[in-house]
Amino acid sequence: MDILQIIFWILTVMAIGCALGVVLSRNPVNSVIFLILTFFAISGHYLLLNAQFLAIVNIIVYAGAIMVLFLFVIMLMNLNADTEPQKSWLVQLAGVVSGGTLFLVIIAAISKANLLGVINTETTNIGLIKVLGQVLFKQYVLPFEISSVLFLSAMIGAIVIGKKDME
Amino acid sequence: MILLEIDWFFILSKGGLIMAILLTSFGVAAYATWGERKVAAVMQDRYGPNRAGPFGLLQPLADGLKLFMKEEIIPTNSTKFIFLLAPFLFMLTALMTSAVIPWGPDIQLASGKVFSLQVADINIGILFVFGVVSLGVYGIMLGGWASNNKFSLLSAIRSASQSISYELAMGISLIALLMLAGSLSLRDIAQQQHGFWDNGYFTWNFFKQPLGFIIFFTCSMAEMNRAPFDLAECDSELNMGYHLEYSSMKLGLFLFAEYINMFIGSAVMVTLYFGSYNFPGMDALAASVPPILFTIICVSVFFAKITGMILLIMFIRWTLPRFRYDQLMNLGWKSLIPLALLNMLLTGAAVLWLFK
Repeated sequence: MDILQIIFWILTVMAIGCALGVVLSRNPVNSVIFLILTFFAISGHYLLLNAQFLAIVNIIVYAGAIMVLFLFVIMLMNLNADTEPQKSWLVQLAGVVSGGTLFLVIIAAISKANLLGVINTETTNIGLIKVLGQVLFKQYVLPFEISSVLFLSAMIGAIVIGKKDME
Repeated sequence: MILLEIDWFFILSKGGLIMAILLTSFGVAAYATWGERKVAAVMQDRYGPNRAGPFGLLQPLADGLKLFMKEEIIPTNSTKFIFLLAPFLFMLTALMTSAVIPWGPDIQLASGKVFSLQVADINIGILFVFGVVSLGVYGIMLGGWASNNKFSLLSAIRSASQSISYELAMGISLIALLMLAGSLSLRDIAQQQHGFWDNGYFTWNFFKQPLGFIIFFTCSMAEMNRAPFDLAECDSELNMGYHLEYSSMKLGLFLFAEYINMFIGSAVMVTLYFGSYNFPGMDALAASVPPILFTIICVSVFFAKITGMILLIMFIRWTLPRFRYDQLMNLGWKSLIPLALLNMLLTGAAVLWLFK
């Protein structure tokens, strides 16, 4: 086993363990902390694939901004293990069934998927920012612009909903 | 020197460099507390600390000893693990940025090896800095929440919304700089600002991006929780806020990390906008002195610039009163973000039509 493989297994165990922690912990703040650790493990995987830009953006956007807002809301509502509503077993069963169905779909998709050949991560520069920029702004410029318009409309929509009762 | 297929020169030189940077950070931060009190004293026509040692120079040691000797109290109703974790997280994020700062030009050793005065030259250096800055708020948020105190919780919520608001303007002002530099590596940006004057214009980014620097500086002050943006600890409203329940050296870590943030933040600002270790007439000097002396001069110039930046931050703290919370939000969302967007558009237009 070389060093990359050892790091890969450490990161994998960390990612899955923390993902389980998100679901299983009773306290919402602990869930958020586990989710942040999961994002770090996934960023570590990106780094192993030599995708530095993706790794750091994953941390900036998810761990640095979105999870801060999650934590913000949880603190503002003062959620904790005591105030967690106890759901009836019917709702829990429905959750398990729907989640399990989604998991089944993912497994089916992966088993049929045509996996790409192994990329040599030491020589590839597919994830570096220069290559990524060229691809994004030349080959995929239209989808990129359309998705940015989508984000803009979502932002304006949020502002409109937020201002509704201020008339 | 290859042993066990590990480049021991690499490991030892990086390890030594990391130790040196950490010790320097602690030293600078310790004397920044002394400097802060002296600056405050001068500006308010007082003496400041003058009992411990000449000019009160031993005051940081006395403060540290006092903090270590204090009784350690953990509130009964706190979330204990997160309460203990928060100060360490805060310190960790304060120190992590120092890894990508180029502290000086490379040293060519006699054996032909190159000794770089930068721990890691990653090609996404600025994004790394930005990522660590965006994580910096977790120490405050978790500490404030885990204390189980109303004031601490309010402080945690305040600092979260403040940090998110000012990160946006900070990022947009950085984009304008990156369009000019064309690289995300801090080492490249430092080398581009070589000397002081080239091709009929200044090489330092401050003269190319004055508005960008002012926006970046303001946002950095907000991210560092320095007055006038210290809404999170705001002693007149929140009674010290997030570190209200902390005592002993855990409190010390919070207070100390603020000064380390100030030091590293100043180093980042000097690297990005004020020419890093470059100074006017450096080529002439490099030709006339031995290389090792030249490196020492470059590092000293860098530290002189950082000291100037730290003094500027201190002067602002003792000059301006604290913002009210709505003023803070209005400044961030309604002034800085539109200004940063305008700056980005103007820079983009200039790069597109004037320089190409």
